[in-house]
Amino acid sequence: MSAALLAVMRRDLLLALRQRGDVVNVLLFFIVVVTIVPLGVGPELNVLRMIGAGTVWVAALLASIVSLARMFAQDYADGSLEQMILAGQPASIIVIGKILAHWLVTGAPITLAAVPISVMFDLGVEPAGTLVAALALGTPALSLIGAVGAALTLGLRGGGVLVTLLVLPLTVPVLIFGAGAVDATAGGLSATADLLLLGGLSLGAAALAPWAIVTALRISLE
Amino acid sequence: MLQAIDLECVRGERCLFQGLDIELGPGQCLHIAGDNGAGKTSLLRILAGLLSPTRGKVRWRGEDITRTREEYGSELAFVGHLNGIKDDLTVLENVRLEAAVRGVNVSIDVAEEALARLGLEEFGEVLVRHLSQGQKRRVALARLCSAVPARLWILDEPFNALDSRAVETVYALLEAHLATGGIAVLTAHQKVDLPSSAQRLDLLGWALA
Repeated sequence: MSAALLAVMRRDLLLALRQRGDVVNVLLFFIVVVTIVPLGVGPELNVLRMIGAGTVWVAALLASIVSLARMFAQDYADGSLEQMILAGQPASIIVIGKILAHWLVTGAPITLAAVPISVMFDLGVEPAGTLVAALALGTPALSLIGAVGAALTLGLRGGGVLVTLLVLPLTVPVLIFGAGAVDATAGGLSATADLLLLGGLSLGAAALAPWAIVTALRISLE
Repeated sequence: MLQAIDLECVRGERCLFQGLDIELGPGQCLHIAGDNGAGKTSLLRILAGLLSPTRGKVRWRGEDITRTREEYGSELAFVGHLNGIKDDLTVLENVRLEAAVRGVNVSIDVAEEALARLGLEEFGEVLVRHLSQGQKRRVALARLCSAVPARLWILDEPFNALDSRAVETVYALLEAHLATGGIAVLTAHQKVDLPSSAQRLDLLGWALA
């Protein structure tokens, strides 16, 4: 079972490497969105410090939605999704493997990119550390919730817009606690509560999402 | 071993078939024939467990396949009308990773042997996107002779896009599979001489539900 999980991850990471343009585009999208906000609101440092964490989180959210098109659509179109569903492995294992691989090529680089970006917003050392920790804990939830939306809209016309409408409202708690953690640290308070909640959201999503995704995929394949 | 009981399939407003019973034992082959839109692919997808029938059940070794998906999947090789291979992986990577997802570790030698049987020995390191349609079909069919033992083959137009030599190879694979007690269900549009033991099921087409 774990061999199948690793095989799916190896397959998806290899595919991401071959199609690295797609992966790089998501990261560039994230960086461009974050960079463009200061140009709009002006270079006032106090304002930037205030909006920094929120901007990073909104951009991470949008980037993760942009990346959802990679999750199942190609496998669905070329028939390899039905092969994996028929592989004689628990379908949830396959789905978890695909989500882990997806997080490694979207959530993880976004988390790392937050380090230089927090310098750009002059967040300070401690809030920057909190921001990175919050992204590391919260982005898995974005991948998991996003995968549910991607599975539900598989094969639909205009699925891209629909998936945005489906997923964005569900990710609002991640956004609130993610930005809240950084604000708490910047205000001299402890961010533990927010970080714990973020971790809890990711764990909760990890428990429920695979089941929902498998059901949605089976319906889409009919 | 494979048993379908009282299958009915309604797609949209049309009833493709109803009251369909199938029973296949070791070494038996079922050839599903019918015009375009008669429901051949739908029937195959129902038998594979990808589509749920409007009514009726499919059983494998006496168990409902929706309850034993994992066991059923591990004994099934499915070649649909989509090849199910990745354009951005090489031929060898496709064969080996597909087996790995099935939980079987296939060495390079074994994978190359499977490819050689289908005349792809020169193409192991080639990206699938650079292959022709017929060659892609052969990569998909390589799952029939890889090290993954499957008792049941469900093949949707396996001979599509193949040249006559490849058709003969697949035919030989099919005969060997049946001779060792395997079961096969397939559709084939071209006139192919299927094993004489093959039963034929004619789907007559649709009626309004």
